[in-house]
Amino acid sequence: KEMTVRDALNSALDEEMSADPKVFLMGEEVGEYQGAYKISKGLLDKYGPERVLDTPITEAGFTGIGVGAAYYGLKPIIEFMTFNFSMQARVPLRSSHSAIDHIINSAAKSNYMSAGQINVPIVFRGPNGAAAGVGAQHSQCYAAWFASCPGLKVLSPYSSEDARGLLKAAIRDPDPVVFLENELLYGESFPVSAEALDSSFCLPIGKAKIEREGKDVTITAFSKMVGYALKAADILAKEGISAEVINLRSIRPLDRATINASVRKTNRLVTVEEGFPQHGVGAEICTSVIEESFGYLDAPVERISGADVPMPYAANLERMAVPQVEDIVRGAKRACYRAVPLAATA
Amino acid sequence: TTTLTIETSVPFTAHKIDEPSRSVETTPKELLTFFRDMALMRRMEIAADSLYKAKLIRGFCHLYDGQEAVAVGMEASITKKDAIITAYRDHCTFLGRGGTLLEVFSELMGRQAGCSRGKGGSMHFYKKEFGFYGGHGIVGAQVPLGCGLAFAQKYSKDEAVTFALYGDGAANQGQLFEALNISALWDLPAILVCENNHYGMGTAEWRAAKSPSYYKRGDYVPGLKVDGMDALAVKQACKFAKEYALKNGPIILEMDTYRYHGHSMSDPGSTYRTRDEISGVRQERDPIERIRKLILSHDLATEKELKDTEKEVRKEVDEAIAKAKESPMPDPHELFTNIYVKDSGLEVFGPDRKELRYALP
Repeated sequence: KEMTVRDALNSALDEEMSADPKVFLMGEEVGEYQGAYKISKGLLDKYGPERVLDTPITEAGFTGIGVGAAYYGLKPIIEFMTFNFSMQARVPLRSSHSAIDHIINSAAKSNYMSAGQINVPIVFRGPNGAAAGVGAQHSQCYAAWFASCPGLKVLSPYSSEDARGLLKAAIRDPDPVVFLENELLYGESFPVSAEALDSSFCLPIGKAKIEREGKDVTITAFSKMVGYALKAADILAKEGISAEVINLRSIRPLDRATINASVRKTNRLVTVEEGFPQHGVGAEICTSVIEESFGYLDAPVERISGADVPMPYAANLERMAVPQVEDIVRGAKRACYRAVPLAATA
Repeated sequence: TTTLTIETSVPFTAHKIDEPSRSVETTPKELLTFFRDMALMRRMEIAADSLYKAKLIRGFCHLYDGQEAVAVGMEASITKKDAIITAYRDHCTFLGRGGTLLEVFSELMGRQAGCSRGKGGSMHFYKKEFGFYGGHGIVGAQVPLGCGLAFAQKYSKDEAVTFALYGDGAANQGQLFEALNISALWDLPAILVCENNHYGMGTAEWRAAKSPSYYKRGDYVPGLKVDGMDALAVKQACKFAKEYALKNGPIILEMDTYRYHGHSMSDPGSTYRTRDEISGVRQERDPIERIRKLILSHDLATEKELKDTEKEVRKEVDEAIAKAKESPMPDPHELFTNIYVKDSGLEVFGPDRKELRYALP
């Protein structure tokens, strides 16, 4: 059976709201509009305005209110999103920057500062990462920002199974979770197992998934880039390179064990992310591998990331600013000592 | 026990609401408790000042002396089912909620017996079991959080309210207005309490606020200006606000109060205001002296009995400090506890992860 990421998220919200009356959804356009991206479709009708709350466009205010409600023991799901007069609505977790103080200072640190008295069972979710044609303020990956903060958990699903299992895990978790979706994946369909469709389905937080096994080079990716990495692996396979693709799923905690075990097997690593390169997720993964598996590396670690520029609008420039499949292929070949010009002449 | 009816020092000033009566009912027992509780708070803060100067308290330390009537008056009209959240000037609010002196002094000195086991410090006291949600260091952030507590109380049908305290400095923060708007839209039982001590750090209220009438700053939300140096007026206002908020939604209480100390320990508190101003408030409006006079004029206790109370309080504080000093520093393993609730198996790292690194049990 196939399911879109949108339906996976929607069904996960529905099932968790049905299972626990303390779970509620709050954000811009989540109710009467049915969600700017229709992730919350039907939930207002089913659960009523007490549990599906449309907020004004005041992220700092409603994020703080959500965190306060979590202090009290409720389980809020805060959706970040702003509506822009079209179905291709905008602003997503990107708008979380206005709320970042509450995510970091009010949510992430409270359990520690209170020595365990005030835990914060809240989920901040919404579209993240590069979108299409929306310019610099609406196209950015926040994974590295949030994942640098102890006290937060940061998840980023790729497939429908990921979306269901990780969102359900996030809602059930007693700690604050930032849940980074990708609007370009919402409409994509993925096969889902019967197990993943069961309402008890849940994925572990902090565990990566080996999406494709291989022996020559390890490629780490998350969210939309997992799909690109898999496409790159197909191309590489035709050229006799066997790539292992790791879908990180959890950016914090980061599954260092799985990454290092893979690198110890393949001896080569390519990290892929849409975000800015400096201080990025790839930088952290590279450091981990150098710390733990330096002796196993047969080549320098390769990093594929978003370009180090604000996102441009023009289609040609935008394409150049986000990682493409060919970038991943090239990086992997470099790691395997097959420089592109050599391959071309061979 | 007899009931006394006492007139508040000044009338309430109301915005978009009929003000409550100036006649406040109280009892001899309540007045004596007010006296004792405020004397204890005062003594605790003075002792914290000494401990800070003796370098036993680190970092920030914001003292509450002068503002005690707000903490005790508020507690007199609410229950532990109601929630309180405040900013960093939180020692006395914590004590008012039922926290202990030992927890206060241990936390201030970063000891294991502290209310946050030494991990929070002066600005981060909590007592969730008694409805105290901190102790927040980001100016103004506690107001949306408080409105969220009120949301949860309404959602849970608990028939309780939240008092979100902030200073006159924080009153200009944008997120306060965002949270107030949502609270009013959703009729949340949130009581925004502006403790107006007239200075945001060293900035006088009129230099920071175009309208320093903070009780009117909610526009469409009603407000009440209260003499925050009069515990009975505070009690009356909080009782009134609780009843109002449960039925109608948010309300603002502006407590006209004063802090004797500077903003924090690095501020002598004398560059932006005159010594005369401070001593004038001490002589004319001091919240403890006001209650002392009431007790004496109603023959509820003798001058000597009140002095004895002050001596007892002093002894209690000294004993708590001695005990707190005996409490050990937090165990080194505490560095990595409480980052998460669910942390079994979590890999944690020190500055040199080759030296300090392990998976939590």
